[in-house]
This record gives sequence, structure tokens and C-alpha cells, in this order.
Amino acid sequence: MADFLMPILGADMTEGTVVAWRKQPGERVERGEIIVEVETDKATVEVESFVAGTVETILVDEGRKVPVGTPLAVIGVEGEQPVAARPVPAVPRSSVAMPAPAPAAAKAPGARVRASPAAKQLSQELGVELSTVVGTGPEGRITREDVEQAAKVTARPVEEAPDRQTRMRRAIAAAMSRSAREIPHFHLAREIDMGVATQWLAEENEKKPVAGRLLYVVLLIKATALALREVPELNGRWNEGRVVENPAVNIGVAISLRGGGLVAPALLDADHRTLEDLMAGFRDLAQRARASSLRGAEITEPTITVTNLGEAGADSVFGLIYPPQVALVGFGRIVEKARAREGEITARPAITASLSADHRVVDGHRGSLFLAAIDRLLQEPSRL
Amino acid sequence: MTGEEILKRLLGILQDLAPEADVRQLDPDVRVRDQLDIDSMDLLNFVIAVDEQFGVDIPERDYPKLRTLNDLVRYVEVRLGDDATLEPGSVD
Repeated sequence: MADFLMPILGADMTEGTVVAWRKQPGERVERGEIIVEVETDKATVEVESFVAGTVETILVDEGRKVPVGTPLAVIGVEGEQPVAARPVPAVPRSSVAMPAPAPAAAKAPGARVRASPAAKQLSQELGVELSTVVGTGPEGRITREDVEQAAKVTARPVEEAPDRQTRMRRAIAAAMSRSAREIPHFHLAREIDMGVATQWLAEENEKKPVAGRLLYVVLLIKATALALREVPELNGRWNEGRVVENPAVNIGVAISLRGGGLVAPALLDADHRTLEDLMAGFRDLAQRARASSLRGAEITEPTITVTNLGEAGADSVFGLIYPPQVALVGFGRIVEKARAREGEITARPAITASLSADHRVVDGHRGSLFLAAIDRLLQEPSRL
Repeated sequence: MTGEEILKRLLGILQDLAPEADVRQLDPDVRVRDQLDIDSMDLLNFVIAVDEQFGVDIPERDYPKLRTLNDLVRYVEVRLGDDATLEPGSVD
């Protein structure tokens, strides 16, 4: 038997609303199959099951908002005996933010609690009972961030339900405030000649059907993904006072939403995909992001973020890192610049690539090598 | 297909791309990009939709010529016209 919990779909998420169940009790669900739609402050997300089995019980009805970590359903795993029905946890049946109940996934009183020393100390300072906190660290270990989130949820006053735009701004504010507060950022920039890349792209697109054309941002994404192989620490996450390198390169692409706000869902395994596949994936992501139908893994698994603000007219971007990621790569607009080449000055299309990096993880030397790698890769676009 | 019919279908495509806007209020002589919040992905989706709905494949080299609604209507009109020898790039 496995509890299917309200997932954390982003560093800023404290609660979510069950929008629609895709599986009903008695139905089989495969690992990776969509089981429920959850609304966060930023999007409606299709959430996958992480186990295969049969849905035994649905614990939270559609339309109910619950804290992250709350069991939403019970899934009977193959080879296990079905369990007796258990009561549905008491959850406020309201879309209005209420003082949150203790997460039902929390430990029973007296049960062993796995928590980091920092989390234990903070829980004492903030008066948070660790047995009520859902751990998101390795093997369910409670982290300092988990305690902070629990304190925020517990302390939240009753208020009117804000509109979607307000909730999104709040979510972005929470994540970016945490980023600015906790991450010692440094920024680097490098001007990259885009003459070869844009010429190659124009020639390639001439040969392709309309629906198969590539946008130049896909070259930037692929170059970033490949450059991460050379400086893999930038593809890590900061966890419990140390960096953990991610085995996969999942590029979170910043997509602005109509009416304001943004999301940065992941193009999974970007370093292994062809430009055509990345383009199809990016187009699909953009359409689904704007239609509010992203999937859980796309929200939770970016290992680095790429943002391209060139089309909006920015010359360069110095962004804030989305925790627990440790880097963000920004691109400005492509403009013609006078460049000296072999003793002659010529006008060349150029773009400014920038890196926002976590100084706890990497230093300027490695960051500079990373930008240089992106530059080098973009000079051979046919090999991307 | 008349210019009016082309305009109506083009507006339908733009409305799908920018559902928050009222495309009927667009000034036909002002750059579409200055009136709607569209990016290169929207532009690509627009070009794909034009290809699907009109059978007109707009090459990238013609993008700079398609600034206003009137530019768009005239471009599609010409491409759909009887003069099959007209090169796409000749619309100006």
C-alpha cells in the first residue's frame, strides 16, 4: 500500500487544490500515469503516480485544498494485501485559505522523526512540532525548509480567496524572496557572436516544412544543456548544506503567461535530445503552460532555468535562481554589433549570455568556463 | 476568397493566439506585434495556422514584410491569387 500525497510542485508551494481525479477507486494506475489534476498558485498540473497499482481509496474530494504532503489517495501496490478502509483526514472543504490542519502524513506522536539538526533547532525556535511536519529530504528527512514552510502554513490567517493573478504574484514573491535571502548570487556575462548560428538556422528552416521550423532559442537551450556536461555542478541542487549533482539535465524554460506571471517547466533530458525533438517539446510545453495543463514532473524536475528575454527587448538578463536550483542562464536580444575580426571591423549579430550562479556551489572561474562552452557550442550549430 | 474573408480568418487565428485580446479592435495599419503580446512562438504558430487554413507557406525571409493586418491580408491574397508566377518575396 502506498499513500499518494499532495506533491510539492515548486519551491513556493505550500498547498494545492484537487481539481479532478483521473482514476477512481478500483481502477489500475501505472507508474508515470496521470492520476489527478492539482491546482497550484501558478498552474493546473497533471500529477503522475510514482507507483503502479490499484487505486483503493480517494481521501480528498475534488475542489478541496490541502497542504503539501497530505495523503490524497491510497494505492494498493501489486503483491500486497488490501488494507482496511481508513477515515478521510479532516480537511477544510473550502477554497479559502484556512489555518492548515496538521498534515495527515505527519508522524504519530512518539514515532521516530528524521530531521536535520538545523531543522530541529529551527522547529524549537518557531514552535513547530516536528511530528506534524512532512519531510521532503532524502527518505522523508525533515529539512530546515520544511520547518519554515510548516511555520508559514500554520501561521497563515483566514483571508478571502485571492484571484489567480494575485496568487501567482505571491507564489513568485515567495520563491524569489527565498532565493534573494538564501542564495549568494554572482553574475557573469559573455557576448556571443550569433552569425554562424543564425545563418545555419535560416538555411535549415528553408528545408523544413512550416511545422518543423526551429526557433533560435532551441539552439540556446541545447548549447546550455551540453555545456552543463562540462561544468556539471551548475546542474545541481542545494540540499542540506551541500550540492547534489543531478544525473539528468532538465532545462526549465521560462514561459511568460498571458495576463502576467511565468512558469518554467522542464524539457527533460535536454542534452540527449535532437534540436527537432527539443523544438517540438518546447512548443508543446508553451501551449500547455498557457492552457494550464502541465504535468507534475515538468514542474518539479528542472535542474537549471533558461530565460530568454531578448524578444521582449532586454539586452541582457541577470535573474534570480529558483531554489533548490543553483544556476540560471539568461539570454538577451540578438543585435548587430561592430566586431573586430582579423583586423577588420564588421557588423555581426550578437547575443549576451549571462549566468546567475550560487556562490556556495561554484566560483566565477567555473562559471566563466561554462559561458565559454556555450559560446563554443553555438559556433558549431550543426553539431548541436 | 475575398479580402474580407481572408481578414476574418486571420483574425480568428490571432484570436486563438491571444485569447485575452479583442482582435476586432486591432488597427489594420499598425504593427500587430505592437498591439498584441506575441512572441516568436506565437508567430510560428500563426504561420503554421496560415499554412493549414490557406495552404500558404510563409518563408522566414518574408516575416519582416508582415507587419500589419493589411500586410497580412494582402500577402495571403496575392499568394492565393491567380498569378502563380509571383514570387512570395515580391509582396511588399
